[in-house]
Amino acid sequence: MAKLILSMDGLVLKEYTLGKERTTIGRKPHNDIQIDNLAVSGEHAVIVTILNDSFLEDLGSTNGTLVNGQPVKKHFLQNNDVVELGKYKLKYLAEATGPAKAADFEKTMVLRPGAMKAFAPAAAPAHAAPGAPAAAAKPAAAGAVAAGVAAGALAAGAAAGTPAAKPTGEAPSAPAPAAAPAPRIGVLQVLTGGNAGKELELVKPLTRLGKPGVQVAVITRRPQGYFITHVEGANFPVLNGKTVDAQAHPLNDHDIIELAGVKMEFFFKT
Amino acid sequence: MNLSEALEIAAATDPGMVRSHNEDSIAADPSKGLVVLADGMGGYNAGEVASGMATTVITTELQHVLEEHAPYDIDEQSGQRLAQKLIAAQIAKANTSIYQASQSQPQYAGMGTTLVVALFYDNRVTIAHIGDSRLYLLRDGEFKQVTKDHSLLQEQIDSGMLTREQARHSANKNLVTRALGIDATVEPEIHDYDTRPGDIYLLCSDGLCDMVSDEDIEMVLQTLGANLKLCVQQLIQMANDNGGRDNVSVMLVRVRREYPAPRGLAKLFGWLK
Repeated sequence: MAKLILSMDGLVLKEYTLGKERTTIGRKPHNDIQIDNLAVSGEHAVIVTILNDSFLEDLGSTNGTLVNGQPVKKHFLQNNDVVELGKYKLKYLAEATGPAKAADFEKTMVLRPGAMKAFAPAAAPAHAAPGAPAAAAKPAAAGAVAAGVAAGALAAGAAAGTPAAKPTGEAPSAPAPAAAPAPRIGVLQVLTGGNAGKELELVKPLTRLGKPGVQVAVITRRPQGYFITHVEGANFPVLNGKTVDAQAHPLNDHDIIELAGVKMEFFFKT
Repeated sequence: MNLSEALEIAAATDPGMVRSHNEDSIAADPSKGLVVLADGMGGYNAGEVASGMATTVITTELQHVLEEHAPYDIDEQSGQRLAQKLIAAQIAKANTSIYQASQSQPQYAGMGTTLVVALFYDNRVTIAHIGDSRLYLLRDGEFKQVTKDHSLLQEQIDSGMLTREQARHSANKNLVTRALGIDATVEPEIHDYDTRPGDIYLLCSDGLCDMVSDEDIEMVLQTLGANLKLCVQQLIQMANDNGGRDNVSVMLVRVRREYPAPRGLAKLFGWLK
C-alpha cells in the first residue's frame, strides 16, 4: 500500500498508510492526517485512493496545496511526489513493486461493477472475499486486489512457470522506443543521384526509403542497432553488393545500400 | 460470397519476453471476412483455455451459420441486418461454454477472456468487443481507435479523473470491467461501420497497446502499410523491444477493393450456382 511521510524542516514526524478510499488531511481532529498548524485549513485536502492509484484534491483550503512546488487543485500522485501544506511536507511513496511482483500484477483481472466498495476499506474484507459475489472473478484475486498486491492470488500462476521477469530493467509503462544504453545514432548519406551528399539522421524507430509502388525498404531502429528490411517492389535492396532476402538485416558502420538506383552509405554518428 | 480477394489479412501472436505461456488466441477466416482475437485470463493454463474456446467457438459457429444466413440479410423481427444478431448469438454461446467449463472444473475456476471480433460484408464491418482488446482503423492517413476499452482506466478517463496522458502511468492498467466467460451472461458492445478500399483495420491485445504508443503504432502502419506481414512483425518486435511484458497479438485487415453484397440478378446467379 502507498505511504505518506509527514515531515517539517526535514524532520520526519509520522508515517501514514493510504489504506482507505478517502484519507482526509486538515487541522481539525477528525481528519485522518491531522496537522495542528494555523497555516493548515480545518479541512485542507483529501487523498482518494482507488486500488493502486491515489489522487490528491485540495478542498478549497485558504493557503493552498503544493505538489513538487506547484499549486494544485487536483493531482494524480506519482511515486516520490512531495505535497506541501504550509511548512509541512508529505512525501508520497507508491508501493514498491519488485520485478516479479510487477510481472504478476500485470495479469489482467476482471473488476465487476459494485466491487469497488469492497476494495476500499483496506485489506480487512479480503479474507471474507473468496466466493463473495461482489468480488472479482478469481476468488483469490479479489483478496489480492484489496490488499494491493497480486502476489498471493497469482502465486499459482508464478509457480506454474511464469518466470520472474527477465532483466529487461525497464521502468513500468515506459513506451520509449530505445531502451538500450546510450544508443548510437545512425546516419544515411546519399552517394549518387540528384540528392548526392545529403545526410539523414535515423532518429525515428522507422525510416522509409525508396519510391512507393516501385521499391521500398525500411530501416528500423532497435535497442540492438539498425536493421534494413524489404517492404515492397520486385527488387530487393542491395547491401554491400549483395541482394538481401526478405529478412531484416543488421546494418554495420559504413555499409553501402543500393535501392531504386540510388547508393547510400550507413554510418554511426560520432 | 468469398471475401478472400477483397480483404488482405495478416496476423501473428507472440508470448512476449516475460511470460512463458501465450494466453492470447487468434483466428481468421478470410473467405468469410471474419477475424477474432481473444486475450485470456486465469491461473495455470486457464487463460489459454478461455481465449482458445472463445476464438474456436465463435469462428466455427459463425462459419456454420454464415452458410445458412448472409450477414447483410435483413432480420424480419428487427428490420436490421443480421450480422449483429448472428455475432451476438455466437458470443453468447462462447460465453456459456467458457462459463460452464469454469464452473465444472476447479482448475478453470474464474477463467475469462477479452474479445474483439470483426465481420466484413457488403462494404461494411460489424465489430464486437468485450474488455480491453482493441480495434484501430487507419483511413486516409488518419489513425484512430474504434473500440473503447471496458476497463477501470477507461472509466476513470471518461469521468474526467484522469487524462489520457496520466492514464499511461496508472498502475490500474490491468483491470477490465467486462469479460467473456465470467458470468452466465455477457453484454458485448457491437457496432456497424462502413468500410472503404484502402482501410487498414488493426486488432490487438493489450500487450501491444500497453507497450507501444499509439503514435508508434500509427507510424508503423503509415510507413509499412504496403506490406501487412512486415507490419505485424514490426509491431510485435516493437512491443518486445520495449520489454514485451505481456503476450502480444496483432491482426491486420486491409480492404483491397469494394465487396458489395450480390443483389438482384447476381444473387439469383449465386443461387443457381
